[in-house]
Amino acid sequence: MDPRRTARTVSDPKVRQVGFFTPAPPERSISDPPRFQDPIQPPSPSSTQVNDQSPSGNSLSPVMIPPAHHHSDNFLRTALQATSPPKAFSYSAKTVTIPPENEDVASSFSPGRKVVSAKSPSSFPGVKASSVPASELTTVSVVNLPPGISEKAGGASVEVQNDRPVSAKTLKEKTSKAERRALQEAQRAAKAAAKAEGTKASSAASKVVTSANTKPSKATKPSSQKNDGSQVAASEKKGGDRAPEKDRKKDAPHPRMQYDDKSRVEKAKKRAVVKQTEARNRVELFRHLPQYEHGTQLPDLETKFFELDPMHPAVYKVGLQYLSGDIRGGNARCIAMFQAFKEAIKDYSTPPEKTLIRDLTARISSYVSFLIECRPLSISMGNAIKFLKNRIAKLPLALSESEAKSTLMLDIDRFINEKIILSEKVIVKHAVTKIRDGDVLLTYGASSVVEMILLHAHELGKHFRVVVVDSRPKLEGQLLLRRLVRKGLSCTYTHVNAVSCIMQDVTRVFLGASSVLSNGTVYSRVGTACVAMVAQAFRVPVLVCCEAYKFHERVQLDSICFNELGNPDAISKVQGREEINYLDGFVNQENLQLLNLIYDATPSDYVSMVITDYGMIPPTSVPVIVREYRRDHLWS
Amino acid sequence: MWWRSASFILDRQQHQNRTVAPSPESFLLSSPPPMADSPLNPKSNISAYYQTRAAHHAVVTSDWLAQAQAAVGRHSDDDGSLGDDKGAAPIGGGGGGGGEEEGSGKAFSVIDEFNSWRKQPALAEAVAAIRALAAVIRTSEATTMMELEIELKKASDSLKSWDTTSISLTAGCDLFMLYVTRTSALEYEDFNSAKSRLIERAEKFGEISCKARRIIAMLSQDFIFDGCTILVHGFSRVVLEVLKTAAENKKHFRVLCTEGRPDRTGLRFSNELAKLDVPVKLLIDSAVAYTMDEVDVVHFGADGVVESGGIINMMGTFQIALVAHSMNKPVYVAAESYKFARHYPLDQKDMSPARRPIDFGVPIPSKVEVETSARDYTPPQYLTLLFTDLGVLTPSVISDELIQLYL
Repeated sequence: MDPRRTARTVSDPKVRQVGFFTPAPPERSISDPPRFQDPIQPPSPSSTQVNDQSPSGNSLSPVMIPPAHHHSDNFLRTALQATSPPKAFSYSAKTVTIPPENEDVASSFSPGRKVVSAKSPSSFPGVKASSVPASELTTVSVVNLPPGISEKAGGASVEVQNDRPVSAKTLKEKTSKAERRALQEAQRAAKAAAKAEGTKASSAASKVVTSANTKPSKATKPSSQKNDGSQVAASEKKGGDRAPEKDRKKDAPHPRMQYDDKSRVEKAKKRAVVKQTEARNRVELFRHLPQYEHGTQLPDLETKFFELDPMHPAVYKVGLQYLSGDIRGGNARCIAMFQAFKEAIKDYSTPPEKTLIRDLTARISSYVSFLIECRPLSISMGNAIKFLKNRIAKLPLALSESEAKSTLMLDIDRFINEKIILSEKVIVKHAVTKIRDGDVLLTYGASSVVEMILLHAHELGKHFRVVVVDSRPKLEGQLLLRRLVRKGLSCTYTHVNAVSCIMQDVTRVFLGASSVLSNGTVYSRVGTACVAMVAQAFRVPVLVCCEAYKFHERVQLDSICFNELGNPDAISKVQGREEINYLDGFVNQENLQLLNLIYDATPSDYVSMVITDYGMIPPTSVPVIVREYRRDHLWS
Repeated sequence: MWWRSASFILDRQQHQNRTVAPSPESFLLSSPPPMADSPLNPKSNISAYYQTRAAHHAVVTSDWLAQAQAAVGRHSDDDGSLGDDKGAAPIGGGGGGGGEEEGSGKAFSVIDEFNSWRKQPALAEAVAAIRALAAVIRTSEATTMMELEIELKKASDSLKSWDTTSISLTAGCDLFMLYVTRTSALEYEDFNSAKSRLIERAEKFGEISCKARRIIAMLSQDFIFDGCTILVHGFSRVVLEVLKTAAENKKHFRVLCTEGRPDRTGLRFSNELAKLDVPVKLLIDSAVAYTMDEVDVVHFGADGVVESGGIINMMGTFQIALVAHSMNKPVYVAAESYKFARHYPLDQKDMSPARRPIDFGVPIPSKVEVETSARDYTPPQYLTLLFTDLGVLTPSVISDELIQLYL
């Protein structure tokens, strides 16, 4: 069990970038070993618990904020620690003791070794106080805390519980229901785990505390003030109306894996299941994205089938299908993934001495990281995974294993039915009202929703013509074209090169999307932006059809930061035309860089309307939907 | 909950289907149309909404001044009696009930009721609809909540289908239904108290809607500064209220009024303003671009505010907005929130057509086609701000509010 456990905890953090397609940051893997050596964070279970949830928190963040954010948080905490005890008495002492508990959360966030570093013991005696068994505690607190606190701290082991109402009260205004619940969940888990690991922790903790104990007596107040200086003062002023720790953590996104950072890539490779060889000549601007030699991984993975012990075969199969490109399209991939997860949950049994909630989350995480290695996640999949993890985290503890499993499987089914299948139907209903007789509709690529719209409008007896615009190298439009023509629609097929010529007799442009981002940017198959721009120039309304579960809180201005690189061979060679071999032998040249982008970002200016399951909305209202419904329907 | 918007579409389809049946008789029932030629073509789809507007605000005959004077007199009388009306609302409801006893169907009485309210020029169509629906609740003989709700739904559907071209009517009915039926309190009480609660809510909603114009007038005062020149188009009661309030606040401003063909509502508007001693200048509709450089602010009313944040308004609004936009003049729209509609027109033709007869003064040869559409759609990018009773909003917030109102 143990080797597997480490493996899982290592892959655990990968979930954090679930929102998009980068494998885990290596930073997290460092933080894990210390967790075992350094029981300074006895509620380490709570920290993992928080980690498990933080993916949602992290990818929630709409804008990338430099991760330095955490440090300032620490400063703020320190400030609270350092300044309030002298003034504060029994009540405020209580409030002072909350931070430590949150602090564990914070420190679990920063790399584990940080906790051991000189700074934290010196500046956070309070932290120790709350997290360490009573006997050592009193020695610490008597030195530098007023009696009110030492009393409080005396009951350290129960403290988590004691604090809950207080923290809940103080946080009430700022935290949403879901967040409060998450916090409680974390605390409950912490309590449970603290009991389990209490013995181990206390023995180890005594060592650490004694070492830490030498400093605090003189260092506490002056050092913290010195260290933090003006920042403390500044942050303290705002401290009152700042959101609680957990909230702010959500604001600070996790640094995404940047593939031009060599050391990190090395580390990531070490734990990768799929060994991918990296392509050498990459376009400068896109170095931060993963690019692999295609075609090498598949046989490699196949041979590994029996070695990959924690991987469920259904998940494995889906991963291979992603890799080979058999399953593509946001909805198809999402449904396939969820069905695989359903299988996995069905066959799952909680290992002895583990809780279902934590263990299953970790296992799902490891599946997800495997899938990421096969192909970067789409945003829709990221959202779906967030949903599932949230469901797992919110399972009532009282539920038996079989009940929990069936609840989860029901949830998965419900998600597929409501968020994907039903919402497609609703979108079709809306979109059909915008098709009139005599229209010429243009679509690009192959979107499942657009196909349904066209077919439905045809069934309703509307007379219209369809222009299917396609592009190399995937030529997905031909698939769509085939299905439309078979149903008797009159179609025109052209490549994107001719879009400016054909656009003048088009009356509506229907586009699918991989995601719609908070600023109304449509993230979709590469070429979509081009079509939308031409349509806008011709004053043709552009209707983007996208299910609401694909909406994302992120703001993206270009298609460089986040994207996916496809196989460069696909654009250097033309299938079935051997005579086009101009690039043979040049592919590995140092001065040739091939770029096969998968997605692009269409600015909201080019989009007239987003058709979603909540109705037809302007692209500027996407954040409204995200704000109003995400929490209610997806997260709770 | 989250697919409710789909049912909205369904509703629309249903009542579109139903339109065919009631409209001819409703035309017979409606208040005597002022246009001479409208009885001649009762079958053609003439917009009742625009006919009412023409009846209230247009100047058709040459002695328009006298008529306008008379109308204003009536107007002020109505204003005076408005409070009485509110107090005496049950009586009106009783009248509606009487009509229902003698009449054959529910739908008739609602429309009668609606028409009787609609005759008051000061009362917006949506408010009239709200009052009519409130009367339905009052006179209803239903004994269960469900029955009442169904009855109300029927009434509002028949109202909506009575005039599909009126956006504010549809929106007002939809909002009223939401506002009235969405109270959690209904489930716990016995029927009579629930019913009285419904009536209470209905009256409250009617009052809110009545006050909307005042609120908008107050909100928009910050945007009218001394010495500015304001261009207005058509006759909008909200804009009139805004300008009236500004004049009362001793602001010095000048107003340019377009003529507002074909029903020449601009003439009436300029007349109203002249009474307030505001300097007014009349323009023909085609002189907008010519005068735009001396204009500081463009003020519109709206027949409907749609989900994109654009507005549907009297014909000519779009071209004035285009001219203003190209000359970088701010375009303000004053509209009550009951005009917010869950429509999303993509272009000018993407609306149910609202026709209105146009009198060119000379006979038109039969081969010549006449564009009779009464309204156009102004996309949100040409609007600067919307003054609503929910506050001063940018066009993109409209959809936010609509989502919150309807979903």
